Amino acid sequence: MGDEKGHLLIVDDNKVNRLLMSRSVELLGHRASVAENGAVAMQMLGQGAFDMILLDIEMPEMDGFEVLEALKGDAELRDLPVIVTSSVEGLDNIVRCIELGADDYIPKPVNKTLLNARVSSGLEKKRLYDEQKRLLKRFATDEVAQDLREQGFAIGGRRISATVLFCDIRDFTAISENMSPEDTIELLNTYYTLMFEAVTSQGGIVSLMVGDGLMALFGAPQPLENSAQSAVSAAQEMLGMIEVLNAEPVSLDQPELRVGFGIATGEVVAGYAGTDARATYTCIGRTVNLAARLEAHTKLAGHSILLDPETHRHLDSPESCSPVEAVRFKGFTDALDVFGL
Amino acid sequence: MTETLVDPDAIAELADTMGADFASELVETFLGDAPDMIAALKEALSAGDADGYRRAAHSIKSNAQTFGAGALADQAREMELTGLSAGAPAIPELEDIWHRTAAVLKGLPDG
Repeated sequence: MGDEKGHLLIVDDNKVNRLLMSRSVELLGHRASVAENGAVAMQMLGQGAFDMILLDIEMPEMDGFEVLEALKGDAELRDLPVIVTSSVEGLDNIVRCIELGADDYIPKPVNKTLLNARVSSGLEKKRLYDEQKRLLKRFATDEVAQDLREQGFAIGGRRISATVLFCDIRDFTAISENMSPEDTIELLNTYYTLMFEAVTSQGGIVSLMVGDGLMALFGAPQPLENSAQSAVSAAQEMLGMIEVLNAEPVSLDQPELRVGFGIATGEVVAGYAGTDARATYTCIGRTVNLAARLEAHTKLAGHSILLDPETHRHLDSPESCSPVEAVRFKGFTDALDVFGL
Repeated sequence: MTETLVDPDAIAELADTMGADFASELVETFLGDAPDMIAALKEALSAGDADGYRRAAHSIKSNAQTFGAGALADQAREMELTGLSAGAPAIPELEDIWHRTAAVLKGLPDG
């Protein structure tokens, strides 16, 4: 906990102070780099990974206040702990540092015990923040994590135009009955790895995983130029990868995998659904239902990928699709034109 | 008047916590850098550069405090707070204290 070692950036225009601070930090077992003013510091921060900054205030070129402001405006650096180490005069200047986002203030000459305590708590804070970021990345996609950082978290949704993709493995229950549970899980993990890769590479996010089924969103929360085309490209990429997977089965008993895709485009309500304690980014609406129905219909239609007219209309080459007999899906009043790929 | 030019306790503590060799090296660095800081102070005064003046005085103060150079720190702090309006006489006074402080620092064992 308290004995985590870190890489600290010491920013001070005075050579004696730089030597003294580096030595103090190194004696505490940490690594120190130095910058002689704020401008040099910002450049170094842009290039290397630091765990904390020890910042002087009075400096030429770019002073400590300006550095604090620049850090505040930078999404990557905003949460880096900063300890102001200065012999700056006036309580109002110290208050200003804290208001600008400094975590702490240590007067110069710096007391070694105080420095040790402050650096340890700063590094712990950094470690917790990094952990939080890692968790956010693991349980949310980059896009959702970015949306959360920028917009903050609020239960509720907004109406946007997006493309929804559903896919699942045909007859997975029958397949898994003939396999050991270990092999089944391994097969699912391989399948999910491939699916995630295909969805993410096309700018989509995986919103839901249930058993062997998966729901992906394109164009939400971050807009895409052509969400319909991205979703179809992702589905084609997945089919290609399933072929590779079938060529190299996980186990000898593994039968050939066949996957169906349903893709629909239109207005959805997207947002965080759940409670304040546990929520997920998802979409609901007619478009979502339609995509699910289309996916279910692939078995009957004899196509791996089925599209609604709106998705079809937006494709770069709609002529590559063949029309399938119009279907009246459960929950929908009118029969709908369907296209197969 | 008995002014403290260099507090021996401050130097001893520096050597104790940072290592004697490092402390000597730090004193050497200060002895080398201080004349540049005083030159910067003079330059800022003649250029009417208030920020530069305050910064140079601040630097001298900050380093003087590190070595327990009380008289030098007090004079530099006074100049930092008063700024350019402290005028020309403040600098010779600072230089005088600096020369006497430097003499003590140079006389330190291994200094």
